[in-house]
Amino acid sequence: MLMGYSFGDLGSIMAMQGFAGLSLFSVFVLMALGLAIIFGQMGVINMAHGEFMILGAYVTYLTSLTFTNYLPSLFSIYFFVAVTLAFCASGALGMLVEWALIRQLYRRPLDTLLATWGLSLILQQVYRSVFGAREVGVDQPDWMMGATNLSDTIQIPINGLIVMALTAVISIFVYLLIYRMKWGRQVRAVMSNRAMAGAVGIDTEKVDRYTFGIGCGIAGVAGSAFTMIGSTSPTAGQLYIVDTFLIVVFGGAQSLIGTIASAFTISQARSILEFFLSGSMAQVLVLLTVVGILMLRPQGLFVLKIRR
Amino acid sequence: MTFLNRKDIIGILLLALVIVVILPVCLDAFRLNLVGKYLTYGFVALGLVLCWGDAGILSLGQGIFFGLGGYCMAMFLKLEASTPENTKIQSTPGIPDFMDWNQITSLPWFWQPFHSLTFTLVAVPLVPMLLAFVIGLAMFKRRVGGTYFAIITQAVASILTILIIGQQGYTGGVNGITDLRTLHGWDIRPDHAKYVLYFVNAGLLIACVLLAQFVRRSKLGRILVAMRDKEDRVRFSGYDVANFKIFVFCLAAGLAAVGGAMFTLQVGFMSPSFVGIIPSIEMVIFCAVGGRTSILGAIYGALMINWARTTFSEDLPQVWLLAMGALFILVVVAFPNGLAGIYRRYLDPLVDRVMPPGGGRAGGRAPTMAAVEGPHASATVAK
Amino acid sequence: MSKDEKSGHTRSHSRRRLLQVAAALPAISVLPRRGYAAAPATAAVNTTGLAVTDDSVTVGILHSITGTMAISETGSVEAEKLAISQINSEGGVLGRQIKIIQEDGASDWPTFAEKAKKLLVNDKCAAVFGCWTSASRKAVLPVFEQYNGMLYYPTFYEGLEQSKNVIYTGQEATQQILAGLDWVNRTKGSKTFYLLGSDYIWPRTSNKIARKHIENHLTGCKVVGEDYFPLGSTQFNSVINKMKLVKPDVIYAIIVGGSNVAFYKQLKAAGVDLSKQTLLTISVTEDEILGIGGENIAGAYACMKYFQSLDNPNNKLFVPAFKKMWGEKSVIGDVTQAAYLGPNLWQLTAEKAGSFDIDKIAAASPGVEFKGAPEGYVRIHENHHLWSRTRVGRARLDGQYDVIYETADLVEPNPFPKGYQ
Repeated sequence: MLMGYSFGDLGSIMAMQGFAGLSLFSVFVLMALGLAIIFGQMGVINMAHGEFMILGAYVTYLTSLTFTNYLPSLFSIYFFVAVTLAFCASGALGMLVEWALIRQLYRRPLDTLLATWGLSLILQQVYRSVFGAREVGVDQPDWMMGATNLSDTIQIPINGLIVMALTAVISIFVYLLIYRMKWGRQVRAVMSNRAMAGAVGIDTEKVDRYTFGIGCGIAGVAGSAFTMIGSTSPTAGQLYIVDTFLIVVFGGAQSLIGTIASAFTISQARSILEFFLSGSMAQVLVLLTVVGILMLRPQGLFVLKIRR
Repeated sequence: MTFLNRKDIIGILLLALVIVVILPVCLDAFRLNLVGKYLTYGFVALGLVLCWGDAGILSLGQGIFFGLGGYCMAMFLKLEASTPENTKIQSTPGIPDFMDWNQITSLPWFWQPFHSLTFTLVAVPLVPMLLAFVIGLAMFKRRVGGTYFAIITQAVASILTILIIGQQGYTGGVNGITDLRTLHGWDIRPDHAKYVLYFVNAGLLIACVLLAQFVRRSKLGRILVAMRDKEDRVRFSGYDVANFKIFVFCLAAGLAAVGGAMFTLQVGFMSPSFVGIIPSIEMVIFCAVGGRTSILGAIYGALMINWARTTFSEDLPQVWLLAMGALFILVVVAFPNGLAGIYRRYLDPLVDRVMPPGGGRAGGRAPTMAAVEGPHASATVAK
Repeated sequence: MSKDEKSGHTRSHSRRRLLQVAAALPAISVLPRRGYAAAPATAAVNTTGLAVTDDSVTVGILHSITGTMAISETGSVEAEKLAISQINSEGGVLGRQIKIIQEDGASDWPTFAEKAKKLLVNDKCAAVFGCWTSASRKAVLPVFEQYNGMLYYPTFYEGLEQSKNVIYTGQEATQQILAGLDWVNRTKGSKTFYLLGSDYIWPRTSNKIARKHIENHLTGCKVVGEDYFPLGSTQFNSVINKMKLVKPDVIYAIIVGGSNVAFYKQLKAAGVDLSKQTLLTISVTEDEILGIGGENIAGAYACMKYFQSLDNPNNKLFVPAFKKMWGEKSVIGDVTQAAYLGPNLWQLTAEKAGSFDIDKIAAASPGVEFKGAPEGYVRIHENHHLWSRTRVGRARLDGQYDVIYETADLVEPNPFPKGYQ
């Protein structure tokens, strides 16, 4: 496979593959970050995470329709408005779900898994009834389509750049939130020792609600980004859920750095393998390796050492 | 039978009455065949009661074992249906049709042993139990529990599905293995055959119920429950917790596999759509609705949900999905012990008044009466 | 079928209504009129206990209304209902109105098998219009053969099957693939092909046929790559890079379902210009373009037997009728049209056989012609597939296809092609 390509060709291919890997990495990070916050910080498994993502995608769809019909001159910036709206919509739904459902199940993580699965069924059916069973196409402004040429042979898709930029912004936002702001300190306190945190006066219920809301909001942003690279339909959320969970678990659930590291590893491995093998075999191999490593080191790559 | 008190015996007799007498009399062959299908899910639910309800191990991959058992049986039946004269229009007669379409010219080595019925009957429980043993050994010895274990079983289910679909030459791919005709010369397709299979299925189910109850009432069963509630104390008492977990996980896998094989026989095909994540989670729901600590409850739960699904989907498919989602949530939030919990709280005292419990433990269906679900809830792994 | 009971209305009002209704009918009258007076006796047309009365006959529709396949199968349901309502307004079949029992396969093959059994055994349907994926068809085939039903199956598929109890109204693989490959080789001089597909039986079998044709029947041509992706996969950047490296003359893509959307979006984002890079697909109809977005796929070629933009008198009546019933924004893909053929072919066959009995229908099917087909003309072959034309279309920005090429003659269906297996 490597024979017959010139050095220059190989170089370009390595550059483009590297970019493809980075692009996949940012997709995984967007998907996993929201879940990592919820799972890692709160121990809650949200099987409806994919549906929150799709809510963001549908909000983007509606925004693009509104702009096309009522504000055509501003269409080129609609995407940024859509991302913000997606964050708010998914975040709001997340807070509602937390108040109504998750709150009752904090001591029972396995049960939240089942309950959120039921929620995902309901959400899928709601989407199907409101938007129809078919996929909806989301229009993009011209400047977002196509590729830029870094050189004659290296072309980088603009979509990928936007997704990476979005991921970087979100990651920085999360980092600042958790590690630099007072509220983040409260979140970390609740996560380490809920009882003590409550004893020193932190409103644990409010902290939980906002954490869940932010996790879901990030999922909404991810869904918004995915309208550029994937399909938007009621069942599209299911496509991402298993991969997302594995990334979070592989990285070590309580560590955000771990999530990012794990997303990086898995995305690069899959991207490289896909180049040499077929898509199916690459996915199976990566899954097998991840499961194998998890069997040997079940707590994941990065572990937070805390005393219980 | 010391492991059954009077209440248990009555409960089991009632179940036997329903599935062996009442349903066959009231339903026609088509509907009865459907009930037979639901009962095979009962096997899986039974395994989950032991594994999840008693031992606190949530497996979201029971579809793996159901599917493996089903595929073993399907392979045997398919080989029998692919005799050279049945397949004479193929390029290579004597091998299953899907292999022919994929230009495979000779039977792969791992299909060869399935020519024998004895081997198949042994393989149906054994192959899945072997896989369960490997998974269990790797996970439980390292003290992986709770949510991690659940997610890993999901990943394994996902891997298996992709493998089966991708290797369509060897497994029939996404279409599955279809068009199964005879079991050792006996045609499984006509109505009277379906009746026979139904009764065999019912009989096997009752036998498995007795087995499960025996396990629960034994010392082993008590250790399982202790493990669920306070694993560390059991460990400190000198028991090797991992071995017990592996045992119960393998047992659940074996039960699921038997269900899978009976499913293949009654429905007439097996496909990867039973192996993946979604069917596995649904199997957990049957158990949850019926009552995760109640053996009989789990079987009734499997029966009722599947019956509801068939009925609703005939009339109102969209509403059914909403209803099922709501049912999940309701069962988990409001009725953690499912139907059996409701029975225990409201009906059991009435029954007790009519018929005082004679000999054996009170509250006949489960050794413990934990009203609130309390598996070891930590999301992290013991260090 | 709703018949307005005109109780409470005056005679003149009801006569005016009748005139209004009659004025709207001409657009749908593709078939010759038949009156109720011509209905043959039930005992003559139904000797096997099917659900037939003196003025009605029951058929089944079995598609996925929920689940992942609902996206694709909705169009088929709509087309079948349109065809049945048209036939009913013309007087029905053998003088009887058609009643529908609809079941949901829920994108789950075992459910398809179960519902098929219900439709045949409990409801005794005289015909069933249904299924979409090969998996669902394979699951129901034993049921139809055991209980002797008749299935009209609309999707283009991989062939390698033939049954007395199924009429395949979609193209089989050789009809779709061979003419398209010949065309691209002839008009574009294409020599190198990169084969892509979703990982299951239809794309794999189709690519096998394509490969054999390219290597053995087209001079100087070869396959320079072949890759498969799991159903539902959404990441194609690696293979797009591979293709950029290899620079094939033709990308031959058989990607299915949600992956389609991801593939074409990523292809466009990677800067692959479909007006310069030839891409030929057999899996993208107007329905799929709704999700993909016309701007992402404009310039690609598709090989089908029907396009919504076909210019012939039948299609000019069919498209407005469909839009009137199901909405102005409806699009009509190849499978939707093939589903529309089903009830019409059944009606013609039943009239020819003079009976609803399945054995008689199966015997009378070969040779039945449907001259009112929106694709022009079809005829049933002895192997229960259809003689039809193959066409190549080029995708436009608005989501429709320009029809660029059509075979001069009808292509014979050949589900067991020698030399391609």
